[in-house]
Amino acid sequence: MISPILHFLFRHLIKGPHTMRERIAPDPDGLGELVAALERAARRRLGRSLSIRAVDSGSCNGCELEIHAVNNPVYDLERFGIRFVASPRHADVLLVTGPACCNMAEALARTYAATPAPKWVVAMGDCARDGGCFAGSYAILGGTDAVVPVDLHIPGCPPTPKQILSGLLALLDTAGR
Amino acid sequence: MIGNVSLLEFLSSGQLVENHRPWPRYRLDGKAWRALVERLDAADWTLMAEWGEPTEIHVALRDEVNRDIAVVSRPAFDRRFFALGQVRPGAVRIERAIRDLWGLAPEGLEDQRPWLDHGRWPSRRPLSAQPQPPAEAPPAYRFLEAEGVGLHQIPVGPVHAGVIEPGHFRFHAQGETVVRLEERLGYVHRGVEGLLRDAPLDKAAKVIARVSGDSTVAYSLAFARAVEAALGCEIPPRAHWLRALMAEMERMANHVFDFGAVCNDAAFAIMLSHMGVLREQLVRANAAMFGHRLLMDRIVPGGVATDLSPEGAEALRHLLHNFAKNFRKAVALYDSAPSLLDRTAGTGITYASLVHRFGAGGVVGRAAGRAHDARRTPGYPPYDELDFDIPLYAEGDVHARLMVRAEEVRASLAIVAQILDSLPKGAISVPLPQVAGEGMGVVEGFRGEVVVWVRMAEDGTVLHCHPHDPSWFQWPLLEAAIEGNIVADFPLCNKSFNCSYAGHDR
Repeated sequence: MISPILHFLFRHLIKGPHTMRERIAPDPDGLGELVAALERAARRRLGRSLSIRAVDSGSCNGCELEIHAVNNPVYDLERFGIRFVASPRHADVLLVTGPACCNMAEALARTYAATPAPKWVVAMGDCARDGGCFAGSYAILGGTDAVVPVDLHIPGCPPTPKQILSGLLALLDTAGR
Repeated sequence: MIGNVSLLEFLSSGQLVENHRPWPRYRLDGKAWRALVERLDAADWTLMAEWGEPTEIHVALRDEVNRDIAVVSRPAFDRRFFALGQVRPGAVRIERAIRDLWGLAPEGLEDQRPWLDHGRWPSRRPLSAQPQPPAEAPPAYRFLEAEGVGLHQIPVGPVHAGVIEPGHFRFHAQGETVVRLEERLGYVHRGVEGLLRDAPLDKAAKVIARVSGDSTVAYSLAFARAVEAALGCEIPPRAHWLRALMAEMERMANHVFDFGAVCNDAAFAIMLSHMGVLREQLVRANAAMFGHRLLMDRIVPGGVATDLSPEGAEALRHLLHNFAKNFRKAVALYDSAPSLLDRTAGTGITYASLVHRFGAGGVVGRAAGRAHDARRTPGYPPYDELDFDIPLYAEGDVHARLMVRAEEVRASLAIVAQILDSLPKGAISVPLPQVAGEGMGVVEGFRGEVVVWVRMAEDGTVLHCHPHDPSWFQWPLLEAAIEGNIVADFPLCNKSFNCSYAGHDR
């Protein structure tokens, strides 16, 4: 009897990863083109390497779910050399989600200070722009830019993986300038 | 004299509050409230939620013998109340938070430290009648101490290494072994209850859907049911069934991903990849059927916002056939990996006694002998017409929590199949009547029982709303589960609980 783990590995050897099929037949929503563009830009600007540190400064965790999704085998962000790292000290980019909560302001500012220059801040989701539906609350300071300077904003509530890929492409253009 | 007095019999001495549905609300004076707390020491009444208002304290209780539910209120013009935390440990953090937000002092509570208030807000007691100016500098938080030879502290967070929410964990460890873990939460407090005061209904629904993003369907459903109860509004049968479909899609998506993530924390990465693909299939189906990957804002008071087309139903049926096959394979893979089972079996045990004392529900409760599921008790449509199993394990370890998730995914698949087979036809929403009232909604989310209480004004604005997350009763158990385990198993235990930071902090 073939053990389940061998079965899994064989399946991927024979059928290829989940990602492959999408690149052969691009989605009608343009994911295929976007993926190609992202790859070109990443290589040109940053020598194929961009490290991202995610910081939740008050998100409802919807944005985190979609960050997990861009790392799944279907979107597989890491094949472009863009990867999530465990420490701000290893990061080029801070990806900030949620409104800037008062209780998280110091942690966010210190994470920014711990990130070596050159560094960029991407505010992800509608809350990170201006507080979103939490705007006006006593417990938030506003969007991400109330605490740290923001270079780029990815819209959406939460942004879809495609919007996240599209946003990172825009960042690579900014970073190369 | 602790006889067999039921909850409603005990409360009948209080004053019944009009216009509270579907369960009664009683107002007690200080003396009767004290008697209630004393009786709670022995009575089999479960604490469902506790919350404040500027001059009143409320608690929702369920009688486990005859399954009656009631909300009990006590006016607190003197801004203090006899604390439930003295007899119900699950209430301790809630009552600390009540003082932080509403300025009502829990009398008799041993732990008087602040909980949600980190000294960073522009005012103290922000939801009380008279908010006070903040302290000069944020006060230092005093962690509980552990003493002994060779003990050291490990502070972790609020910014963690992975893509997870912020919270602080203070470990006291001796070598590898955790002697004590203490949690410090509240970092993502967004002031949800402040935003829900005197809010238009559509704005309130939007905020409620974002209390905890992974449970957005459960929160929207509980809110909608609370509002409909308050207004005495009946929604069409098709809306009930579509809501259940959304709720089960959310449950499956979260459970499969958690299953993968727990295995990933034991360095078994292939499971996360596999489950990530399965989750992606579900959320894409959500987007195709209802127009949002996480189904945010699809459930609204009065019904649902989007209808399901016959083609959508057929596509989902097809998708779930393959999904079920691939999920079965993944669980078989888990069962056949002894190195993985070695990490999960016997790790992070929660004992049934604690689970019952804290009234912890969801996966955490059902993995340790507490079978409660809000779809059965109190139950709500259409689950009374559906046939489904509620898994129950006694071990209380990481393995049991994974097995509960796996069985719940199978149960949800069966529920979705039944829904697709017998989805009633007709309208999907009704206009809401213009009346005032109070209501409560109780819903089983993927994490456990979500409770939402609401007070509506005649013009359709939300006067007051309280969302309660099941994590309140689960977070404290994580501290107990990790004791005696090694530090390296903490991510495994934490992920197997998967409590919500956002839902807890609000």
